[in-house]
This record gives sequence, structure tokens and C-alpha cells, in this order.
Amino acid sequence: MEHYLNIIVKAIFIDNMALALFLGMCSFVAVSKRVDTALGLGVAVIFVLVTTVPLNNVVYEHLLSRGALTWISEDLAATDLSFLRYLCFIGTIAALVQIVEMVMDRYLPALYNALGVFLPLIAVNCAILGGSLFMVNRDYTLPESAAFALGSGIGWLLAIVALAAMRERMVYSIVPAPLRGVGITFGLAGIMAIGFMAFTGIDI
Amino acid sequence: MQTDPKTAFLDPLVERNPVIYQILGICPALAISTAMENAFAMGLATAAVLTISNLSVSLIRNLVPDNVRIIIYLVIVASLVIVADQILRTYFPHLSSQLSVYVGLIITNCIVLGRAEAFASRNRPWVSTLDGMGNGLGYALVLCVVAFVRELLGAGQLLGHQVLPTTDNGGWFETVGLLAAPAGAFFVVMVLVWILRAWKTEQVEEA
Repeated sequence: MEHYLNIIVKAIFIDNMALALFLGMCSFVAVSKRVDTALGLGVAVIFVLVTTVPLNNVVYEHLLSRGALTWISEDLAATDLSFLRYLCFIGTIAALVQIVEMVMDRYLPALYNALGVFLPLIAVNCAILGGSLFMVNRDYTLPESAAFALGSGIGWLLAIVALAAMRERMVYSIVPAPLRGVGITFGLAGIMAIGFMAFTGIDI
Repeated sequence: MQTDPKTAFLDPLVERNPVIYQILGICPALAISTAMENAFAMGLATAAVLTISNLSVSLIRNLVPDNVRIIIYLVIVASLVIVADQILRTYFPHLSSQLSVYVGLIITNCIVLGRAEAFASRNRPWVSTLDGMGNGLGYALVLCVVAFVRELLGAGQLLGHQVLPTTDNGGWFETVGLLAAPAGAFFVVMVLVWILRAWKTEQVEEA
């Protein structure tokens, strides 16, 4: 149990997806003008990460990694399809996002109205693909990858909501004209990243 | 809408630079820009993928049904990235391990899909190829500039060679640890945006 808690805490604070690994930066900068939209996008990212990363873990373990195909035939023990992972992962993600969108539309209309607009955007968000790729890089097992996905998602939500809250306040500040908008947002994110550096070394 | 080849190639280099002006594809730009070598490899890989994907998307632009176009673009880009990744792995294993997952993340780099969607799907192959090349090189340029600043001030090195003697080795240069850390990348990009927009005042955003 502690092991999983450790993975979650690490993913939230130390290897924060947005501020330490720089994943999902495009939407991080573009959709952080207001807290409520940032919150919606963050929740959608958690949701998609928690569903796609474990699913991709299953795909990788049972179809792509070296020797994974032995359940079909013993001759395939030396086959290594892991180079196909980019194609497979992006396919899984796109398909899953589409399915989630349809299911939500049918059964959870309230949630769909809140998150619907973000879902297609998320399919091509690098935080999602990055989550799956880091999962392979770090050799996570299925439960570990679920914990990692949950932690990464929460970390990303935390970062984007905090940034949006600061940007809402920035309206009242006088910013040099060339820095308005994007420029100052990078500055804010940089200061937040320094704050997150303080968490380095936490281990449960 | 037809753009003439020269603007398609030259515009994205500085004037409408994908990173600074359009704020696209910043994730890898920030993540791997600690060393120039990485930035150079990443920039070239992205430029190559972008050029070929723009060409392919443009060639099939009249055959692709509108509602499945994103998936088709993704498949094209993902296949190209697999090729790029395999080449890097075989010939430059050291670089490939340094770039780790960020090579794969070229797939979701907004520039690649953005140019496919906004330009290549509406323009002729030749112009689209030039547009891809221009955007790719403009992207690589920013990556190298950011990496130049971060590697020089963060480690006193350029392309892995020690140019400024650091205090650790008895020299005079105190490395700026902040620039080597993730936070530094944000500040370098902020300053770049500042400089470019102070020069090209028409890019300044409305208050």
C-alpha cells in the first residue's frame, strides 16, 4: 500500500507532469485563463489518464513487449513489437476518448456538458500519451500504472488550477506590453516550478 | 487560399515562429533544452517529421473524409515518428536515451497536427512541404536558442565542451543552477517572448 502511495505522491509533487516534465504545456498555457475551465480540463485529464494508462499497460504487456505473444504460440517468444507502441497507444487513446465521449453523452449528460468540449482536445494532449510512455519507461505493473496515472492527473490539475487562479489575479496588475498574455504566464509557471522544487526528495 | 512558396517557408522562421508566436509545441521545447546536442537532434527530428507529414497529408487531402481526418493524420504522424525513433535508436543510441519519451511525444506535438490541419489539408503538396520545412526549422531554431542559453549559463558548456571554466574546477564561472532546473526553461522562454514582442510590436496581445 505504501508503495502505491509513494508513487502517487511522487507523481503529484516531484515529477509533476506540467511543471517538472513539461507535459500538456499547450493546453496548460491556453486553457488557464479562468479557474472553472481549468478545473474542468484538469478533471477530464485525470479521468482520461486513469482509463488510458492502465489500458495501455495491458496492451503493452500482452501484445507488444518482447515475448508477450507467447500466449498465441511458443514460436513468438522472440518477437518484439515494442516499436509499434506509439501507434498503438495513440490509437487506444483516440478510440477510448471517443467511446468515453459517447457513453458520457448518453448516460451522464451533466458531466458531458461540463467536460465534453475538452475531451477531443485531450486526445492529442501530450500529457496523456506521455503518461503511457513514462509507464513503459519505468516498467510499471498494472496497479502501479493506475496509481501513477492518478497521481499524474492530480498533479496536472493542481498545477493548472493554481496557474489559472494566479492569472485571474493578473488582470489587476500592470504588465509590460510585450509580456502580456503568454509571456507573463511562462513567468508565473516558472515561479510555480521553483515552488515545486521544494518537494524534491520526499519519500514515504 | 494559396500561399506563395516563399512566404510559406520564410514566415515561420522568425515572423510567425511556431513556438514564440503561435505558442505551439512547447512541451519538448522546454523539456529537452538543457543541452544543445539534444535540442539540435530533437529539432531536426521534428522538422523531418513535420515536412514529410505535411507532404503526405497534402497529397491525400482530397481523399480523406472530413470526420476521420484527425485519426488519419495521427496514424501518419505516428508512423513517421516510429521511423525517426528507430533511426535515432540505431545510429545515435546515446541521444535516443537522453531524449527518452520526448521523441514519441512528437506525435502529440501541436505543431505537427496543427500544420496538417491548418495548412497541409488545404494547400498543394509543394507549398505544404515548404511550410512544414519552415515551421520545423523555426521550431528547431527556438529549441537551439533556449538550449544555448541554458547550457551555457546552467553548466558553462556548449555542445558538451566546457567553454566557461566553472568554480568547481578552479575557474571563475559560477553555474546558474536555476537555468538547468525545469523552472529555468520557463524563464528563458518568457524572455524570448518578451524580446521578440518588443521588436515585433504587432504581436503584442490585447490587455
